[in-house]
Amino acid sequence: MSVVTSGRYTFPSYNLVFFIFLQLGLHSVEGVWPLPQSITSSPERYPLNPQAFYFTYGSQSAAQEGCSVLDEAFKRYFSLIFPDYSSGYGFLRFSVDKPFTVQVSVGRDDCDSYPDEDSSEQYTLSVSAGQASLKAETVWGALRGLETFSQLVYQEDFGSYYVNKTEIKDFPRFQFRGILLDTSRHYLPVQAILKTLDAMAFSKFNVFHWHIVDDPSFPYQSRTFPDLSAKGAFHPMTHIYTQSDVGRVISFARMRGIRVLPEFDSPGHTQSWGKGQSDLLTPCYSGSSPSGTFGPVNPILPSTYKFMATLFKEVSSVFPDSYIHLGGDEVNFSCWKSNPDVRAFMLKMGFGADFTKLEAYYMENIVNITVALNRTSIVWQDVFDYHERHTSLSVVEVWREGCYLCEVRRVVKAGLRVILASPWYLDQPGPTHNWARYYTVWPLAFKGTEEQKKLVIGGEVCMWGEYVDATNLTPRLWPRASAAAERLWSDEKQTSDVDKAFPRLQDFRCELLRRGIQAEPLFVGHCKHEYQGV
Amino acid sequence: YTYTYIFYNLVFFIFLQLGLHSVEGVWPLPQSITSSPERYPLNPQAFYFTYGSQSAAQEGCSVLDEAFKRYFSLIFPDYSSGRFYSEVKFLKCKNEVRFKVLLNLNVVVVHTGLETFSQLVYQEDFGSYYVNKTEIKDFPRFQFRGILLDTSRHYLPVQAILKTLDAMAFSKFNVFHWHIVDDPSFPYQSRTFPDLSAKGAFHPMTHIYTQSDVGRVISFARMRGIRVLPEFDSPGHTQSWGKGQSDLLTPCYSGSSPSGTFGPVNPILPSTYKFMATLFKEVSSVFPDSYIHLGGDEVNFSCWKSNPDVRAFMLKMGFGADFTKLEAYYMENIVNITVALNRTSIVWQDVFDYHERIPKDTVLHIWKGLPASYAAELSAITKAGYRVLLAAPWYINHISYGQDWRNYYTVQPLNFSGTEEQKKLVIGGEVCMWGEYVDATNLTPRLWPRASAAAERLWSDEKQTSDVDKAFPRLQDFRCELLRRGIQAEPLFVGHCKHEYQGV
Repeated sequence: MSVVTSGRYTFPSYNLVFFIFLQLGLHSVEGVWPLPQSITSSPERYPLNPQAFYFTYGSQSAAQEGCSVLDEAFKRYFSLIFPDYSSGYGFLRFSVDKPFTVQVSVGRDDCDSYPDEDSSEQYTLSVSAGQASLKAETVWGALRGLETFSQLVYQEDFGSYYVNKTEIKDFPRFQFRGILLDTSRHYLPVQAILKTLDAMAFSKFNVFHWHIVDDPSFPYQSRTFPDLSAKGAFHPMTHIYTQSDVGRVISFARMRGIRVLPEFDSPGHTQSWGKGQSDLLTPCYSGSSPSGTFGPVNPILPSTYKFMATLFKEVSSVFPDSYIHLGGDEVNFSCWKSNPDVRAFMLKMGFGADFTKLEAYYMENIVNITVALNRTSIVWQDVFDYHERHTSLSVVEVWREGCYLCEVRRVVKAGLRVILASPWYLDQPGPTHNWARYYTVWPLAFKGTEEQKKLVIGGEVCMWGEYVDATNLTPRLWPRASAAAERLWSDEKQTSDVDKAFPRLQDFRCELLRRGIQAEPLFVGHCKHEYQGV
Repeated sequence: YTYTYIFYNLVFFIFLQLGLHSVEGVWPLPQSITSSPERYPLNPQAFYFTYGSQSAAQEGCSVLDEAFKRYFSLIFPDYSSGRFYSEVKFLKCKNEVRFKVLLNLNVVVVHTGLETFSQLVYQEDFGSYYVNKTEIKDFPRFQFRGILLDTSRHYLPVQAILKTLDAMAFSKFNVFHWHIVDDPSFPYQSRTFPDLSAKGAFHPMTHIYTQSDVGRVISFARMRGIRVLPEFDSPGHTQSWGKGQSDLLTPCYSGSSPSGTFGPVNPILPSTYKFMATLFKEVSSVFPDSYIHLGGDEVNFSCWKSNPDVRAFMLKMGFGADFTKLEAYYMENIVNITVALNRTSIVWQDVFDYHERIPKDTVLHIWKGLPASYAAELSAITKAGYRVLLAAPWYINHISYGQDWRNYYTVQPLNFSGTEEQKKLVIGGEVCMWGEYVDATNLTPRLWPRASAAAERLWSDEKQTSDVDKAFPRLQDFRCELLRRGIQAEPLFVGHCKHEYQGV
């Protein structure tokens, strides 16, 4: 369906509408989103009684009671599965019903660690009479399996819960499945971030890319440089992220198996930095005198690199993830060009009039800082495009429109890893039916060797903040981001048909509503539990 | 682009605007406003709304008594619980003078005046409230300033409707056009024909509007000076009606036998008109408004054409093969039903485009096309002497990247060729929020503050409000005020509000 701008409203296509009704009436036993790699289910089903339902640790499991990640997850998923019984959860209930036990076993006791780039997320889930057995290598895999189990349970009209006999073997297609939030163009209250992390776990996203600062504001409250937020945030008290806020986000994300990847974008996109750190930005000149305005970070001063080294040292101590995003995109050279000191430096360094060389020089210094901190750097594709020597680079994020797979191919040919973001710019609104646009993306459809394709480590949904804040974030993100989630998690061959995906995504969107996520509709229709939170 | 380049000048301009309080920060802009830097502190514990001694309405007037309470809470959100009328009244507030003047006018005027007053009050960083010395004379440019919600394509919980009514009052909208039923579902629970919703709603219990729900909406709207205009669209857009009322829709034929599917309302059966007369009689008793919207748009003739009985009727009536004549015949009957009920009909422009005979007091609702074509339609309809309502430029369910509120703002409803008399026939405009992709999850951020741009076009003087760039910081301020009042209004561009939306 397309929106007919000349029509009073689009004609509903009745066949489609009736198809939806049908789907909502029946419970699809393959209603897991994103689709597992392998799933077999039978019509045989088992009633679940919330008062005789337990999560337990398998006796062979490396993690046992006291494992914070799983203990918390058991509570969370109990409430998600049985929303009406959430307060009654307890291990000491008596019941005449035969109990149903979900037995969770993990191979490693990584309860106190953080998920990282190598964490296994594979799991197997076997649902049979009276019990479900969930096995995973890591607690992160167990979390994915719990999410899947929670989506297998369904409630009939008169309130009874059921789960069908099911066998699932599952693992993600891509290791890196991210969502970018931009907290600089608009400040997002911590609650909005936590809510997003919750919803991310429902779609098995595993990286929260926190584009925390940019031109308009610097909300990160630095321990070392408190003036950055005191002077650079929209408001020094109400529009900042304190150390405790950041810690809360990281810990909330960890509990859901989500990494927090911080981005401190430079040398461009740094106007707000200049307010709290003098001499950091390049003074622009108008003719022979400073114009009073400032450009990108000043790449010619040793003080710049000293500042950056100190800042990134703090960042690497605050954010446990092994990746740091360094930005490096959209550097405007006009201010550098106008500045006589910068020009003199260019001459001295033998850069001629090629300012991309100056940018390369800057980025190399910054990358070296992160290398010294034992962190892997991610940069936007601009850094790859402009620079001759790629040796210091490791991960490149492709964001430009056009033939993005051409760019992916160039990057992997250079032996670097790639994260693909171009097709998933979700801040661009559109009627929700264009969710299919985010679904019909084929990230590996370029000519290359198997080895090269392995260098595509994943993809990312970007929600830039020019027109987005806490008021419209959730409906603009969900369920469209879930379309990308299936592309990044599931097998491409099994999920190439948009029409087959549509009723499943409808069901999943209704499930998001039931879980309190303000996910917008895909088309005409209804959910059993409509959004009530107005 | 990872993101659009920021225009620094613009951003700094916004910061500046948010820092200072604009004394002309009333949205939509009053017809005449004079304010001075002289300002008066307001103390919530010594602030009162009272009736002027000359006022025709006095204590006990429900609309104003309730509005006083509501606006007290809106002006002083931190004090809303501490307000009692029994408090000893120590101090006199200068505003009483103003209200005495206003209260000599009618209640609705006072109501919109209260909204204006509430927007004049501002709070400084340390919590004190102020209002500047101000003189305002205000009235709306257009009498009809509506918002359409579509509760058929998606069901909107009553709370979502009430929240919208609240926000409408903040932008001085005065008509809630309730497109209550359509093809996908029939959520209106009829007293006379309960099967319509029992069988035609998405769900017969949870996805319906009971009589008490409808009454609640009407009364909530009345308290805010908002009319509720019901639309029961026919003969097209009625698929859901057929589920609970047999023989109402036209059976479509495939060759010489019925195909099992149904088309528009069947215009050839006397039972149809009997049903419609009974239904509209109920509607006119439930909805007090003097207008009823009869729809009449987008009738697809293919089913009528396929049906041999319909074709025979066409011959008998001398319509030939012109199905627009059949539609005209149907609409004429329906309009006559509402005339008999002493109601004014509104119909979509299709009815004018296809039909020659419609009663002169019918209002035509323009929804099609780009400025050039709706201007021509405005010209044609008003030339024929009909009143007209403009919706075409305000299809706000359509979204695009960037600041599309500017398009809603720069509409010039009277920019068509016609006499002064013709222009007076344009009674107003309407923002339409069709429901294909909209339900309670995204209704509010999609509606606000973009609908507010249309609100100013419909309320304010066009000459004083023709500059979009001048409107921008004012609309930014107003959007922040909406957030402060708990309306989930989306941002216009990069920036911040003192009170961000917290309701996640």
